[in-house]
Amino acid sequence: MRELIKMVVVLTVLAAFSGGLLAGLRNGTAAQIEKQQLEFVKGPAIKKILEGASNDPIADRFKILDGDVERSFFVGKFDGKADTVAFESFGKGYGGDVGLMVAVKLDTDKIVGIEVTTHSETPGLGAMAKDDPAFTSQFEGFSITEPVKVTNDGGQVNAISGATITSRAVCKATTDAGNIYKKLKPQLSEKIKEFNK
Amino acid sequence: MAKTITQEFTKGLWAEIPPFRLVLGLCPVLGVTTTMENGIGMGLATTFVLLCSNILVSALRNIIPPKVRIACFIIIIATFVIVVELVMQAYAYPLFLKLGLFIPLIVVNCIVLGRAEAFASKNGLLPSMADGLGIGIGFTLSLAALGAIREIFGTGTFFGASVFGPSFQPFTFMIQAPGAFVCLGLMLCIMNLFE
Repeated sequence: MRELIKMVVVLTVLAAFSGGLLAGLRNGTAAQIEKQQLEFVKGPAIKKILEGASNDPIADRFKILDGDVERSFFVGKFDGKADTVAFESFGKGYGGDVGLMVAVKLDTDKIVGIEVTTHSETPGLGAMAKDDPAFTSQFEGFSITEPVKVTNDGGQVNAISGATITSRAVCKATTDAGNIYKKLKPQLSEKIKEFNK
Repeated sequence: MAKTITQEFTKGLWAEIPPFRLVLGLCPVLGVTTTMENGIGMGLATTFVLLCSNILVSALRNIIPPKVRIACFIIIIATFVIVVELVMQAYAYPLFLKLGLFIPLIVVNCIVLGRAEAFASKNGLLPSMADGLGIGIGFTLSLAALGAIREIFGTGTFFGASVFGPSFQPFTFMIQAPGAFVCLGLMLCIMNLFE
């Protein structure tokens, strides 16, 4: 009996200590990790979908509080007018969350481009969502306020063969991005005026 | 026969150098050594985990009940692996992207658990530190050497810089998994010749 109690106590103390340490470290590194992701993952994706912008979208960013989540928006200026925003949303993929950067033109509500940022999908199958531009370019010109689906589900997007779950995740992320957009549109229009001064 | 601290340290560099002499931890050895940079990064991450887990296991060896020792070791090792993962994400993001899945896999690297079970749980703090550091550096050197050879022949570069010039036709077999096996075997063979 004494041995049993000792085993339970030692394991509990060890696990609690480890949990506390990791939680602290996670909080401590969160800001730095976000900065690194901005530079190495989101940065290239933003540059790609806002190609041709006359400003630096990564420098021209703002945050809006949506409920209790803070969302980052990146502004793209075309022909001297800031009219495009890019932001990130997520969909559940085959190997975890698929992060998607979506760029939307504010006056037409149309998608300018999408690009997968973070994912842990199978290389050669689901990972094609990031590597194959033919898949993501299908989304260009869609209205962000309409739900997006793959053809199997009665939608308009051709899924990557062998990676329906990933394709659905990208569609789901786009639809979610639409919901965020609809909800925050008034604030977005307000904020973007500051970049047109 | 009690060995000195120095002996505990140096045995990891030759007599018990992990992938070649102990033939342990082959998964990362074969998986990440496509370039020298990856090999060194993986080696240093493993060294850190090995050193910290050896210290902690050795310090707690009289408190940990024998029946749940493996569970305790795994908690300790997993904690340090996540520390490495977070720190690498925060300060060496490109390396983290390349090593990816192999960082969490250090938890199940049998070298780390093997040293905790076979050495640190039976020895004092200083010998355990020396053992962890020695084995870790040995592991790093092995990965770096294997990575260098595979990188030079497989892609014609060394640390990202071109070695043979543009006319070189890369020997792509070397950066694939079978190339790693062949390379490892040849290195083991050369080491045996020197014995």
